[in-house]
Amino acid sequence: MTGAKALIDGLIHEGTEVIFGIPGGVVLPIFDEIYDSKMKVILTRHEQGAIHAADGYARVTGKAGVCIATSGPGATNLVTGLANAHMDSIPLVAVTGQVGTGSIGRDAFQEADITGITMPVTKHNYLVKDPESLLRIIQEAFHIATTGRPGPVLIDVPADITTMSVESGFPKEINLEGYKPTIIGHRKQIKNAVKAIEKAERPLLYIGGGIIIAGAAEELRRLVDILKCPVTHTLMGKGAFPEDHELSVGMLGMHGTWAANTAISNADTVIAIGVRFDDRVTGRLDKFAGDTTFIHIDIDPAEIGKNVAVHIPIVGDAKNVLETLIKEMPKDYAPRNAWLRTVEGWKKSHPLTYNGDSGSDIMPQYVVERLYEITKGEAIISTEVGQNQMWAAQYYKMSKPRTWISSGGLGTMGFGFPAAIGAQVGRPDALVIDIAGDGSLMMNIQELATAVCHDLPVKIVVLNNGYLGMVRQWQQMFYKGRYSSTDLCGNPDFAPIAEAFGAAGITVTAKDELDDALAEGMNNGRPTIIDVKVSREANVFPMVPKGKALDEMIEEY
Amino acid sequence: MEISEHKHIISVLVTNKPGVLARVSGLFSRRGFNIESLAVGTTNDPAYSRISLVVHGDDRVIEQVTKQLNKLIDVIKVSDITHSETVLRELVLVKISAKPEQRTEILTVSNTFRGKVIDIGDSSMIVEITGHDEKIDAFIRLMKKYGIIEIVRTGKVVLVRGAATT
Repeated sequence: MTGAKALIDGLIHEGTEVIFGIPGGVVLPIFDEIYDSKMKVILTRHEQGAIHAADGYARVTGKAGVCIATSGPGATNLVTGLANAHMDSIPLVAVTGQVGTGSIGRDAFQEADITGITMPVTKHNYLVKDPESLLRIIQEAFHIATTGRPGPVLIDVPADITTMSVESGFPKEINLEGYKPTIIGHRKQIKNAVKAIEKAERPLLYIGGGIIIAGAAEELRRLVDILKCPVTHTLMGKGAFPEDHELSVGMLGMHGTWAANTAISNADTVIAIGVRFDDRVTGRLDKFAGDTTFIHIDIDPAEIGKNVAVHIPIVGDAKNVLETLIKEMPKDYAPRNAWLRTVEGWKKSHPLTYNGDSGSDIMPQYVVERLYEITKGEAIISTEVGQNQMWAAQYYKMSKPRTWISSGGLGTMGFGFPAAIGAQVGRPDALVIDIAGDGSLMMNIQELATAVCHDLPVKIVVLNNGYLGMVRQWQQMFYKGRYSSTDLCGNPDFAPIAEAFGAAGITVTAKDELDDALAEGMNNGRPTIIDVKVSREANVFPMVPKGKALDEMIEEY
Repeated sequence: MEISEHKHIISVLVTNKPGVLARVSGLFSRRGFNIESLAVGTTNDPAYSRISLVVHGDDRVIEQVTKQLNKLIDVIKVSDITHSETVLRELVLVKISAKPEQRTEILTVSNTFRGKVIDIGDSSMIVEITGHDEKIDAFIRLMKKYGIIEIVRTGKVVLVRGAATT
């Protein structure tokens, strides 16, 4: 068989059902092979759309997302998507075409050193130099992408490799001497953790995306049933624990709830699981949770002690470690009632609020609240980045893992819509909604064609304030209101744009039209933009200003 | 530099493949770690190479260096051998400006340092010298009065004493 055939066979062998991508010169033999295969191809309109879609697909299915792009610009257009997946630990396999092996290094047409370029933003990458190594590389790539701390792997395939003959089959086993993720947590450290939890008077669970990746939501529930302690989650941890649970204090960090930030600042023992103490979570590091005892469970040893000194490190898979921890925990752990009452008090005294009585203005928070009600909290939500993302995180409460798709680490504007497309491909029967801003949407709006062409009824709810809203908010608060380049004048009218693409478009300018518009948009079975003209200068609160400690939250401005 | 910063010697066993050195050195630059010296070569098994690194940093930095190196798929083993009994060597070639009448003097100094004169030109000599920093630095200092034209250093290579492997 040819290299191209081996590549497609390899992808199918690894369980790939769908590829997101765009063809081009050097990948012609691969696409010709796809033409006869059972593989489904989602043709996007930009390679960035393809990789974000593969990312969204991976987040909802837990499988590796696969995308393909041609050499040179096709490959470089994947870079943002790789960095995005790398930061959020999303399993991806990106296949890029490369100029022929004889042309590499000669600045050939559409040549780019994509393995060199993507080294820092992939978990690993390969340049295939021998067609006989192709199947081994594919097998390794999927293994690396999906195990341990997942991440993106890129395979760069020169044009001549795709037409050469491949004789060898799949290797019987994967032999990666330098890659052996630790799954099972150290027993002694787990026992130490139990002792610390037993001593704790004010315990708190701080959970993140690692719970979702490990499929440990059920184990987490069981642990919470025993500990009966408050639970706070990161942006990436939304859906790991039901946010409507009485012990959930909501998201923590820069735009976290008062209760969550106050709880972590006052807890004496924090059980951190599948989190990385990101700067958006900790705020000012030297003031973060002063005398607290930290138990940190993570599969990546490099995350432990990276930002915050940890007392009890446990390297391992969250599911595995939690199973052992639950076994080791005394079943009669007494709820810390005084602490629970205090936290409950914070929740009650400082709920998330916004100016609900804003006259004729539609508040963006209200839009998300209505969307939550109308969809009964059961939609898969993707977001763009900025205010839209934070309002979505605050007001759309998730209850299940793999239903929240948001660019956490990299903060990639333009991610939400293509990611929603990928999510819809992975979950064809689900209602998938991109909560968008008008700034972010413009960054990948071309993918409307993809949604229409593949009949993917993704919904985009635009919180349209005509600004790069989060930047404007910072300018208002920290730059004397000098709105430098944040007014998005010239943005189009989104509803007719949607219609021009063959999607549905609805514009909402009055509060009393909102419910009907949302209901109609959610139920029309078509890709739809619901463009809601919201209050232009609404801000996201609470807010921990950059460089401040978590207990220096601003609740209004 | 903070007082708590120390010099660490890290020995990294990697698969002998193209691009591995780029992965290691790229990791250092993007994570802001400082490499003082780096030497690389294949091991007795040609499937592997050994990278000997001298790195400056406090304990937290060195812990991150080690952990981040371990995350690279092509890295087999990372050993911080700073506190082990080691043999550490560096080879340096020093090109010295030397008039014919100065040759004997330079030769004598070189011999004292167990250096080898490996080239003599009309107005220059090349001396090869191996050893520890202090010895090499002392030799270079002595040669300054003749005029050093060029120096090339291999970076430090290191092995743990005894039968143990790293």
